[in-house]
Amino acid sequence: MSADKTTWVKVHPAMVRICHWGNAIAIILMVMSGWQIYNASPLFPFRFPKAITLGGWLGGAIQWHFAAMWLLVANGLLYLVYNIASGRLRMKFWPIRPGEVLHDLGQALRGRLAHADPTHYNAVQKLAYVGVMLLIAGVVVSGLAIWKPVQFGVITELLGGYEFARRVHFFCMALIVFFVAVHVVMVALVPKTFIAIITGRAKAGVVEAA
Amino acid sequence: MKSPFAKKVTAQADRHLINEVAKRLDAPARRQFMKYSMSLGSLAMLTGCDTSSDEALDKMLTGISRFNDRVQWAIFNPDRLAPTYPDSMIKVPFPFNAYYDVDQVREVDGSTWKLEVSGLVADKRSWTLAELAALPQMAQTTRHICVEGWSAIGRWGGVPFRTFLEKIGADKTARYIGFKCADDYFTSIDMPTALHPQTIMALTFADHTLPADFGYPMKIRMPTKLGYKNPKHVMSMFVTNTNPGGYWEDQGYNWFGGS
Repeated sequence: MSADKTTWVKVHPAMVRICHWGNAIAIILMVMSGWQIYNASPLFPFRFPKAITLGGWLGGAIQWHFAAMWLLVANGLLYLVYNIASGRLRMKFWPIRPGEVLHDLGQALRGRLAHADPTHYNAVQKLAYVGVMLLIAGVVVSGLAIWKPVQFGVITELLGGYEFARRVHFFCMALIVFFVAVHVVMVALVPKTFIAIITGRAKAGVVEAA
Repeated sequence: MKSPFAKKVTAQADRHLINEVAKRLDAPARRQFMKYSMSLGSLAMLTGCDTSSDEALDKMLTGISRFNDRVQWAIFNPDRLAPTYPDSMIKVPFPFNAYYDVDQVREVDGSTWKLEVSGLVADKRSWTLAELAALPQMAQTTRHICVEGWSAIGRWGGVPFRTFLEKIGADKTARYIGFKCADDYFTSIDMPTALHPQTIMALTFADHTLPADFGYPMKIRMPTKLGYKNPKHVMSMFVTNTNPGGYWEDQGYNWFGGS
């Protein structure tokens, strides 16, 4: 065993790991069923391939969509309450300075971004993670606006009416999917982050490029 | 929304073609199809997905849909009105939608048509079109939202359904009202929605006699519910405490279908 000198540090508390995977399942179900619903009346001149949709037909997709929404919202609220109450949200994600974002982005694109401390997020990560939190909030709010344009008419109004809210819902989805794609690529490039989101721990003091 | 007329028609034709294929699958085939697709979709997450787990999934999803009915019933505010729009925003041509294609629209003879009334009501006599037209009328320009996602603004006029329900002495404490239609469509709604001030027994569209495409001689128009909850060519209605279900609802669309 050569791992005797390795020190392991705690990266993600159990609650964060549970919420991460709860959210991952919810997003996959929502996006795939959402694509099937989109196919019933496409907003743009394309349809999503059947193979990557969920539900088989509109009615089945709606059942999935309106079941998984409870997981998405409950899980998201649990995550927010935990992170705000524990102070983790501010500690981990604040502040986000535009200069640092640009600097870290430049480093990342040149493959020189240091990952020496896995407990610390770089500025690009901070922006991306806070960004996806806001996008999920956006997809939930625009979802409420098109699900209940009468009962929650105020939300629908604020989002520019039913038809505009429908497009807001679509673009929030598209940006979330973009985030997921980049996220998965980054995890593939820095595999220890994958171990960390499962076990909660990562090796410390190892510098890797991403 | 701003796409040219021709494009819209083509898109509609495409949609109808796809709907047509789906519709020609009978309900068991559709369910089978859905289960098959569900197993494909769930392969990544649920290893060893067999028929029994598909049935369990189906049961779970239906259970959640029933739960969503109760949630929607609870948040339905009987006083909250759907937005109304200027007549200039009425969609022309207004899209046709049904479980069959437009060339199969039923022609109902309005001169012999009678609305049958049964169930928990004091007065069960049938109503002719002339008798309905003699009742107080109202008209409203509201947004019709289809479960498929598209929406279109239209103007429906007719008898406020609450007025009619009071006229026939309907038991307002009953839970449901069921509708049966000339095109073999059927659906049902909750009593609070039936009594909503914008729920209309529509006899006109855009201030003209309701065209056959849109449900002549009478359709129930509710801007607080999705399109499939608004039955066309209504032949009979009944007040009941047993949920009568519906054509699409029995296949998986959410029963409450509220907006």
